[in-house]
Amino acid sequence: MKQRNIFSATLLFVVSIVSFSQLLTSFALAAIVEEKSVEEKTPEEVKGFEIAARSDRSDRGFGDSEAKMTMVLRNAAGQESTRSMRFTTLEVPDESVGDKSLILFSTPRDIEGTALLSHAKMLDPDDQWLYLPALKRVKRISSRNKSGPFVGSEFAFEDFTASELNKFNYKYLREEACGELQCDVVERFPRYENSGYTKQISWVDTTDYQIRKIEFYDRRDSLLKELRFEDYRKYADAYWRSHRLVMKNMQTKKSTDLVYGEYKFGVGLTDNDFVKGRLSRLR
Amino acid sequence: MKDFFRQFLLSLVVLLVGCGVAVASDSEWDLSGNTALQLRGFSQNALWPEQNSSDAEVSVSGEWEVRWRSEEGDQRASFIPFARWDENDDERTHMDLREAYWAYEGRAFEGSAYDGVDFELLVGVNKVFWGVTESVHLVDIINQTDLVEDIDQEDKLGQPMVNLALQQDWGLLNFYLLPYFRERTFPGQDGRFRAPLPVDWDDAEYESGAEEKHMDLALRYSHYFGDVDVGVYYFHGTNREPRLEVSPNGQRLTPFYDQIDQLGVDVQYTKDAWLWKLETIVRDGYDESFMAAVGGFEYTFYQVYESNADIGFLMEYQYDDRSSKEPITIADNDLFVGGRWSLNDTQDTALLAGVVVDDETSETFFNIEAERRFGDSVVVELRVRAITNAESDEPLYSFSRDDYIQLQISRFF
Repeated sequence: MKQRNIFSATLLFVVSIVSFSQLLTSFALAAIVEEKSVEEKTPEEVKGFEIAARSDRSDRGFGDSEAKMTMVLRNAAGQESTRSMRFTTLEVPDESVGDKSLILFSTPRDIEGTALLSHAKMLDPDDQWLYLPALKRVKRISSRNKSGPFVGSEFAFEDFTASELNKFNYKYLREEACGELQCDVVERFPRYENSGYTKQISWVDTTDYQIRKIEFYDRRDSLLKELRFEDYRKYADAYWRSHRLVMKNMQTKKSTDLVYGEYKFGVGLTDNDFVKGRLSRLR
Repeated sequence: MKDFFRQFLLSLVVLLVGCGVAVASDSEWDLSGNTALQLRGFSQNALWPEQNSSDAEVSVSGEWEVRWRSEEGDQRASFIPFARWDENDDERTHMDLREAYWAYEGRAFEGSAYDGVDFELLVGVNKVFWGVTESVHLVDIINQTDLVEDIDQEDKLGQPMVNLALQQDWGLLNFYLLPYFRERTFPGQDGRFRAPLPVDWDDAEYESGAEEKHMDLALRYSHYFGDVDVGVYYFHGTNREPRLEVSPNGQRLTPFYDQIDQLGVDVQYTKDAWLWKLETIVRDGYDESFMAAVGGFEYTFYQVYESNADIGFLMEYQYDDRSSKEPITIADNDLFVGGRWSLNDTQDTALLAGVVVDDETSETFFNIEAERRFGDSVVVELRVRAITNAESDEPLYSFSRDDYIQLQISRFF
């Protein structure tokens, strides 16, 4: 009995120390981020932000969308494996909060029914829940894993969730031709914690304000990946969507294609379609 | 068996109604499932004389999933039969309906004083999981354990129910009416993982005069507040865990199912790479009321050594102050320590290794689970389980010669 008490007390003690230190670090980090945003912006930073904001706002008001998606993973030897999923998004009008999204897998068959629900935030970690159909278990997961591979692909978790305007600081570099279009070239620096990138360089066209290409630079500031956005189509005379995203890892020579089917807008989704209680009721 | 066929008929009716609705409309059907070959090799021959003397066991299983969703998306149905054939144990050769339900979702009270409420009504056989911890699933109670499948108690029998789910801004409310009780499956006379006497689980006894037809009830609230996920429930009905009593002829154990009232709470606090977990229950059953809890953490190091792999550390403490008259538990004063290694590769290769040590008796349970996908549709799973330090008067002693390696090859379609 005595031994048990000592044991429990020790466990409790360790628990409280660890959680306290966690709390302190998060406060300290919040303070640093705060300081940075108050700094005076250079003309290049202002222009960079404006270009990104114009691109982001060209998509404003889409409401909700649903699309089927196939992911083709290719290793250096060219061997392929595929995953298919359904991707639904709910726009959250408040610019200080991110959108909500839900990914439901249908292949490979052993992970059919697996679902990932995300409530994106700006600088705070996103809220994420994973649904495991074999046990019918809903599991809140840590969203610290920004730079880890998404289902074994060349896309990192942050490549999906970090398209929000205020997740980055921007700097305008130059204007140059990109295919048939002209593009503004803008550097962007992740403001959120635990990013795997020091910076990204984005090419945004000056006609439709859509992103055409992104280069990702790793923690050593060397080129890691290149993402091309192809096959843009316009919906409802307002919203552009790329239907083919090609991500190439320049270091490992692996690549992943994301091929989208037809998008549906105005599906009538609400906040209640993006809650954890829905995850076991998706199929 | 009778039980199974009754369920089968019921679900067939549900399915036919579903089909009837489906034929007229442009609805969605999905057919999937898996078949698996399972090989077990035991380190020693069995402890009890009537058990099969072979140290190898071959079995084959299949699970078929038929799913349907209406064109409007407001109705869905599911039909999932499962079957296993085992060469040694007749009781492990069994069938079950994991799911067979029809569900309708809609919005009620729209335009009334309330702003409307999203609901789903589900009728039929379903599986429901509650909880957050890894080493023991203490609060999970709706479904009976299909114990012949695996001693880890994660396989469950389908539970007939009427379930009403109400989604509100302030959380999810679930009401369950459970009109029919499922008896726990136990290994037969030839099977491994059993007490000195086999359990005669077809001949169960009940505290309630209604026996397995007692109407069980459950109400659960679940939601999240920032980084904290919470679930609270109340359950009234037939205990899923039986007390085992020696039958009058002294040849068998008879399961006895009491009526219980149980309150359960599960909490998870997710911060950075930490998951802090706690499950606790208070149960008023056969003897005096008791409480039980399991709590601990999971911490993950992401992308270790600049690879894509993650390594997680898990630690949980299991506590249970039930009296010796209640159904036996081994998770009474135990420490679980484990590690999870995920490669995050295209094959989803993962390994989980853990050990549970009883703080008082030093009984120790080792568990290793590894899995990897080959191609697009084959999954290979390896499990190793071993027990040490089990003295003859302790619950795990009966399994002490059942250390085993299991290889399972599943093909999904």
